[in-house]
Amino acid sequence: MQRIYNWLDERLDLSPIWRDIADHEVPEHVNPAHHFSAFVYCFGGLTFFTIVIQILSGMFLTMYYTPDIVNAYNSVKYLQTEVAFGYIVRGMHHWGASVVIVMMFLHMLRVFFTGAYKKPREMNWVVGVLIFAVVLGLGFTGYLLPWDNKAYFATKVGLEIAETVPIVGPYVKSFLAGGDIVGAATLARFFAIHVFFLPGLLLLLLAIHFILIRRQGISGPL
Amino acid sequence: MAESASQPHFGAPDDAGGGREGEITRRQFLTYTLMGTGGFMASMLLVPPLRMAVDPLLKAGEEKPFVPVADVNEITDEPKRFEFTLKINDAWVKNQATTYSAWVYKEGSEIVALSPICKHLGCTVNWNASPEHPNMFYCPCHGGLYTKDGINVPGTPPRAPLDLYEVKVEGGKLYLGPLIQRT
Repeated sequence: MQRIYNWLDERLDLSPIWRDIADHEVPEHVNPAHHFSAFVYCFGGLTFFTIVIQILSGMFLTMYYTPDIVNAYNSVKYLQTEVAFGYIVRGMHHWGASVVIVMMFLHMLRVFFTGAYKKPREMNWVVGVLIFAVVLGLGFTGYLLPWDNKAYFATKVGLEIAETVPIVGPYVKSFLAGGDIVGAATLARFFAIHVFFLPGLLLLLLAIHFILIRRQGISGPL
Repeated sequence: MAESASQPHFGAPDDAGGGREGEITRRQFLTYTLMGTGGFMASMLLVPPLRMAVDPLLKAGEEKPFVPVADVNEITDEPKRFEFTLKINDAWVKNQATTYSAWVYKEGSEIVALSPICKHLGCTVNWNASPEHPNMFYCPCHGGLYTKDGINVPGTPPRAPLDLYEVKVEGGKLYLGPLIQRT
């Protein structure tokens, strides 16, 4: 192992990359080994870890899932009941979806109560709020995909809420539904938004979020 | 991971006590423990999706039943194409009527039923379809040729004879069953 690493390192100069990404000081006040209460600083990392789980399990779920009103429910039922470990992978994605939102919220509370959003980190708070919106969007669009009763009516309700927005509401609703009803076009576009548009946007925002935290450093102790 | 005992990186000899010959240092012990735990957690994450992805490889195929295809008196010395349908389960599409076909002819009193699937790359062969090669099975994709008994003609792409259907005659009806591969 070490030999393979050395061989690659000699040629590709990997160590500096590795150092840039991972090898940096963890200040005492954010290290749970020093102050146990510092575990609150883990929530951001845990959010990211859960997002990684979501991306992985989601990629594998699309091997079986079909975004089509005739087949969506049956393909989910098939992978849930007939594919080995399918219910585990779907379970990871299902529960992980909630865990992401919980962790993200805890992360936000920590940043808020430690005042970490203050100068010079205001822009990173804004990026964080955008990530929050994208993750909620992922939750909303993913909810429709199993195409069962809960999914259908949750989406109907969500779209009608969107419709109540003054002036643009009806347009937003039609855009999201892809037509007048929650139907074939809705499912196709929710799938596209769920697996292409929002994850792409999310990765971009996460990159900005992490570059900014490395630039600005972790905020000081209280 | 075992070879990392010689790691200059993690197992620096000057730290963390011990140091008797052949004993692992505290740092090595911690490295192994952390890597083991990390590896276990990573495998918890990766094993279920991977197992799910390879599931089709590990599923047993369905046994093909015998189905009635034609009346025996329709069959002549000349290969004739008969179609039949089987209900198959294609993942979540259950009981899907799928059309199969066979080239059937009489060889003396024996009935021969050949699969039309070319053994080169799976296109469908036709009897007498190429004017240059009369009385042969011809595959339009890459010019594969088979003689009437389904034996591949050397020098054309296929490397094996056409598969045979298992044949059964009951009450004047021809039944076709699972495929038999020949070499």
